[in-house]
Amino acid sequence: MKPLLATLALGALTAAWLVSSHPAQAATGKLLLTGGVSSIDGAAGGGLTPWAVIGSNATAGQWGGTAFATRVATQDYRLSVGGVAVAWDERVELSFARQDFDTGATGAALGLPGLRLKQDIVGIKWRLAGDAVLDSDRLIPAISLGLEAKRLDAGGLAPTLAALGAARRGADIYLNATKLFLAQSVLVNATLRATKANQNGLLGYGGAAHSGYRLQPEVSLAWLVHRTLALGAEYRAKPDNLNPSALGAGLKEDDWRDVFVAWAPNKHLSVTGAWVDLGAIVPAVKPRRQTGGYLSIQFAY
Amino acid sequence: MHRPFAFTLAVTVTGLLLALPGLPTRAQVAARPAPAAVAPGLAPGPAPSAPGPSADESALLQTFGQRAGLQSLAADFVQRVRADARTSAFFSKVKPQHLAQQLADHFCAVLNGPCSYDGETMKNAHAGLDIARKDFLATVELLQAAMDAQGVPFAAQNRLLARLAPMHRDIISR
Repeated sequence: MKPLLATLALGALTAAWLVSSHPAQAATGKLLLTGGVSSIDGAAGGGLTPWAVIGSNATAGQWGGTAFATRVATQDYRLSVGGVAVAWDERVELSFARQDFDTGATGAALGLPGLRLKQDIVGIKWRLAGDAVLDSDRLIPAISLGLEAKRLDAGGLAPTLAALGAARRGADIYLNATKLFLAQSVLVNATLRATKANQNGLLGYGGAAHSGYRLQPEVSLAWLVHRTLALGAEYRAKPDNLNPSALGAGLKEDDWRDVFVAWAPNKHLSVTGAWVDLGAIVPAVKPRRQTGGYLSIQFAY
Repeated sequence: MHRPFAFTLAVTVTGLLLALPGLPTRAQVAARPAPAAVAPGLAPGPAPSAPGPSADESALLQTFGQRAGLQSLAADFVQRVRADARTSAFFSKVKPQHLAQQLADHFCAVLNGPCSYDGETMKNAHAGLDIARKDFLATVELLQAAMDAQGVPFAAQNRLLARLAPMHRDIISR
């Protein structure tokens, strides 16, 4: 917890410095929805994958912030996420998210009734180049580099994960390219993520069979139906480091996908609903695919 | 770990990335300030030897209500930018009617319409105004509001905006 608090404090201090040293106007600069929504890991983007855009309403010379709450419910599991992000100058974004995964009957089946997996994620994203929105005559997308430092509190499952060779801490590094094809009202995002995370880190990082980084692609497509409304789909590939494990293929994991609708009635509020397919999660206990609803609300400043 | 699926998707997206950029080409061509080079006073309309705009371009212009629709759009837009606290300072010294006329010509030329824009280049027109990105984006919002008021569908709005947006390089100065 100490390093996390230190990181948060550093983030808050950085934000405070940015605010005090740049007495910029309140951030309402960006066009609606061009800062994306909050992903489950806290970074601005789609729902399951980050985009190269910097979150909030802040544009050049402005700072901004977002806060969000997300709930995902599938047949056998529940995930609740809350988080905040601070953005500066459409250049850099610091984010924090806390995930709480309710293992439901699976925890009980493993002799751990009421088991919740809690993960904290501190993220930083830096836009390296490009402009996703205004350079509509050029092919170059907005390109960002991101880091997500993750720490898992697996509760009673921790000894099991340790025995499976999964670490309690991990860091993802990703490179993002996002382009709005304005004349077509279509947004395309491609992300390449270096990760060790099992089920996004909720089952630790790495495993006895594979403990190294793997490169995983993520893509999003969104169609802007209206200034306030976007429809889209996402796909997020995941490593499968706990397959095989001491449980054979019992911890095999699948890629994630979703279709979403994001609605921003104004610059300070957005609501995102999605249908997600998270594949099997701990198929040793629950072999069926986990599909269900996703609801996220974001406040932006 | 649906590798074949992931692969198919990656290929599809790559294909899209490669194919989509082809689409704005016509817009790029249209967005070039070529019409500004047309000498003032020339009769509007393409030269007899030049090919006319495509059916798609004609339909787009039709969506904006032709020259008359653009005139009314420009007039409304000018009213909005002069009234909005975020942008009014930049427009305090212009003559609204003249600006509306120039904008209507400019929009019309950008939409490959039968008009010529003989005003200043974007760079000259905005020189010394100290325009920030937030000011530019505020103006975009007001243009969107004006297009809404004119009943221009969102998709058509974006086609015009896509031709205007690159001008940010000549307009934003800080």
